[in-house]
Amino acid sequence: MTGLPLSTFALASGLALILIGLLAMLTHKNIIRMIIGFSLVDTGIHLVMVAIGYVTGGSAPIIDDTVTAEQAASRIVDPLPSALVLTAIVIGLGVTAVMLSFAVRIYRAKRSLSIDDCAESKW
Amino acid sequence: MIKRVVVLLTLVLLALVFSDLVLNYIESPVLSPLGHYYATNGPAELGAANLVTSVIVTYRGLDTLGEVTVLFISAAGVGLLLGRREGNAAAAQPRKPASEIVQSAAQLLMPMVFLFGVYVFVNGHLTPGGGFQGGAIIASGILLLLLAQPYAVVSRRLIGITESLSGFSYVVVGVLGVILAGGFLDNRIMGLGQFGSLFSAGAIPIIYILIGFKVGSELGSVLDRFRAGDQ
Repeated sequence: MTGLPLSTFALASGLALILIGLLAMLTHKNIIRMIIGFSLVDTGIHLVMVAIGYVTGGSAPIIDDTVTAEQAASRIVDPLPSALVLTAIVIGLGVTAVMLSFAVRIYRAKRSLSIDDCAESKW
Repeated sequence: MIKRVVVLLTLVLLALVFSDLVLNYIESPVLSPLGHYYATNGPAELGAANLVTSVIVTYRGLDTLGEVTVLFISAAGVGLLLGRREGNAAAAQPRKPASEIVQSAAQLLMPMVFLFGVYVFVNGHLTPGGGFQGGAIIASGILLLLLAQPYAVVSRRLIGITESLSGFSYVVVGVLGVILAGGFLDNRIMGLGQFGSLFSAGAIPIIYILIGFKVGSELGSVLDRFRAGDQ
């Protein structure tokens, strides 16, 4: 096989997504855009974790006619990162929902979504 | 200006660290020892064809209970932040009705979306999918309902009862594992059945059905709160 392996490509895209999300979180003033940046970081981390779990030539960790229980150990990708990513996706969803509801509350109180209008609680 | 430079500098340094990770990354040719254990012993021990499911529901079942708890707390937090708007609901602007296409499509698709969600979580131990995915599909059906009928009333009482009952039963199944089998959330409280059939893998389908109902009702209530919160 020539060229980059698939998992390196996925790893690079995931790390690039993390950087793009951090850039969005650090440079934008709009709260909704910051939340979108958080989602990008979240997705990038998931991609990195799945990429690390990849085993060369592996298939999905599901036992059926094509991957029998005897050959499972040599033919599947690591099931553990997939399980962890599933957990992480759900928790990311919960965190995003709470952040968005804070954004709704801030908009109701200030009629603005800019982070500059939330400065009064600075020490 | 200085702030922008600092941000860019931070990101460039982080990119340097990341590029080192990418350039020196070598794809693993074999499973990690833990993954190898799950792959060799998982099918015989737990009887679930989908190894990810056996990791999530049984080997790391306590994590999943914590995950469900996090989701519950975030749904409760959204309710706390957006819930107190009942009095002003009438004063809010009238909502535009949905177009006829959306309304007809919702009537046609709603039962199928719900059925597909149930299919996904009932087959979680055999095919890709499971309680969280099926629950998310059910919540997307609720979202379709809310889009098609802006004034539809989602019964919070029904959602609360579904959520509490399924969460409580999940813990009860876990405790049954301590009494009847090897430990908390052990799925071998009933026969493992024939490998690869619908009624197999012990308690895993039951747990995933409960998780599916719980996640579906929680996400549905979050969507309903956001709908009520818009004005």
